[in-house]
Amino acid sequence: MLQKDAQRLSLLLLLTPFLLWILLLVVLPQLGIVGISLREKVGPRQFTFGLANYLAFVQEPIYWNTLLRTAVMSILVTFLALLVGFPVAYYIAKIAPYRSQTALFLLCLVPLWVSDLVRAFGWIVLLRETGLISGALQAIGIIKGPIELLYNDATVVVGLVYTVVLFMIVPLVSTLNGMDNSLLEAGHNLGGSRITVFRRIVVPYAMPGIVAGCIIVFMMTAGSYLTPILLGGKNSMWFTEQIYDQFITRYNWESGATFGVLLLAFTSFVVWLGLRLTGQKLATTVAKD
Amino acid sequence: MTKPGLKYFLASALGATFLIGTASAQAETLRLLTWGSYAPEKVIELFEKKYPDIKVQVTFSNNEEMIAKLRATGGAGYDVAQPSHDRISAVQKEYGIYKPMDLSKINTGVMAPNLLDAVKANTTIDGGVYAVPHHWGTSGIMVDKTKAPNAKGWADLCDPQYKGRTSMRLRRTILLGTAFSLGKDPFAAYANLGEYQKILDEVTAKLIACKSNIKAYWNSGDDLSALMLSGEVVVSETWDSTAYKLAGQNSNILYVPPSTGALTWIDTFALPKKGEADAAAYKWINFVLQPEIVTLMSAKSGSMAAVKGAIDLLPDDKKAAAKAAFTDKDLANLKFFANIPPGIEDMEGKALERIKAASN
Repeated sequence: MLQKDAQRLSLLLLLTPFLLWILLLVVLPQLGIVGISLREKVGPRQFTFGLANYLAFVQEPIYWNTLLRTAVMSILVTFLALLVGFPVAYYIAKIAPYRSQTALFLLCLVPLWVSDLVRAFGWIVLLRETGLISGALQAIGIIKGPIELLYNDATVVVGLVYTVVLFMIVPLVSTLNGMDNSLLEAGHNLGGSRITVFRRIVVPYAMPGIVAGCIIVFMMTAGSYLTPILLGGKNSMWFTEQIYDQFITRYNWESGATFGVLLLAFTSFVVWLGLRLTGQKLATTVAKD
Repeated sequence: MTKPGLKYFLASALGATFLIGTASAQAETLRLLTWGSYAPEKVIELFEKKYPDIKVQVTFSNNEEMIAKLRATGGAGYDVAQPSHDRISAVQKEYGIYKPMDLSKINTGVMAPNLLDAVKANTTIDGGVYAVPHHWGTSGIMVDKTKAPNAKGWADLCDPQYKGRTSMRLRRTILLGTAFSLGKDPFAAYANLGEYQKILDEVTAKLIACKSNIKAYWNSGDDLSALMLSGEVVVSETWDSTAYKLAGQNSNILYVPPSTGALTWIDTFALPKKGEADAAAYKWINFVLQPEIVTLMSAKSGSMAAVKGAIDLLPDDKKAAAKAAFTDKDLANLKFFANIPPGIEDMEGKALERIKAASN
């Protein structure tokens, strides 16, 4: 009996920092944001309760177009990050010699030591019209005049994939690491081709890692700010930029808060939809039996 | 750890806390919320030398973020803020984030009287004055004279002969500049929001049509500098100070006050409502308005201080660029940003969103 109480107490004590963090830094501010989003401004320092901000969002195509654009591009980035990240993770976890695994893993981490801003500027230096790539292509005679590679959606996607691909690799490596090589051997021994083994054994086994990676990457991309702003062109609006504009340049906290709530709700919905369509459950990505 | 070691450790830890405690009790901290170039290292060093008991802490920001920060805390966290003169009155009425200044504590005698009067007129609420001028400058266009010798005004940003070689900042300045270039007076229309909306609609249509002419919208002085120095852009909207800086690196780059009048801003000193070091704040204001400090500061910012004879206090290279840029006629034609009445920001924000979202 006493031992059970002690166990309960230690569990509680261990959970306390986490619960405080979630409650004070995540739940309460979110509730505050929801509260502000339900405020309608009627005059200086005067507010009433209402849904006008949400109506304004629905009625203005610019806003929901930007949200949809952000979502579509984020899904594309997630897909590309999976495409790029999977072979890397598979190599690190299954093919590379045991000793070099850590070193390879560390190499993937290196870009993260530099801030987002500096990495975005790195892309700018490479891709601008008078930049390195344009210059090099001219020097070897592939193109005649300078070429502008910056300021378009493709650049934004490339920049984002680069920024987030690590968050795809980490969960994939850790799931693939747990896979017993004898499973693959058994597959081959039973006459499975490489593709069959990959499709029927590797992918199902890695699914929790794939799902976790995709969720993290999608959420990070949809909520990113610097990369789309710095690499994007004259037409490229990102939804976070809308939120920033509402809060900062238009002094319109009510509408900014509304957009914040909508972004959270919409991305959560996309994640839920993705889980439903692929027949996965959130629980399987966390707890592995 | 052995026992004597532990004792020693505790004692020194206690001693350290004691020392830190007394140090912070003695030194007053002056927290500045200002633009990137209004607090050069050198100036802070000289100030701390003159007032050894004041420690200066700087946060760099811009107009919109300054207001957002102070609004979030109700005017706490900083002792001096430096918003532009047109951004104070409405913000103060709406959010109450500043406190009135005591002009008797400021050497207003050294300030250029026209700028001081303009700022006072713009920022007096119920008899209290909420700001005094610091630096001023203009927005206009910057050209590479070898590639765009004839660009004279805002409309040239949309001239097809410079297709893909122009840039602007998608903020309110370009809306106002374009309105003037279309022959309107947006400031006069502030009093009548309906009329202002009409002007804005025209401006929006013009700038959407202009989009294909533009290479990219710039966000900061650094973006702009890179675009201009690399030669990727030959005509751009700019702050005069940025143009003077670039002129030092490439003498073909000129600042051109638009034929419809350069748009003129005055950055001010204001005291946040819950600032805690007013005395130090006044000391800072008087300190940076001294002639030798003005020169140091202008070397960094490229803009002119709001003191008498400011143009002669500019460092030599910038003085030459400024004197070359402005004729007396241009100076007589300056268009000071008018106070922004409530509601305008929202209308302008909508217009900017439409322009950004339009695909052209």
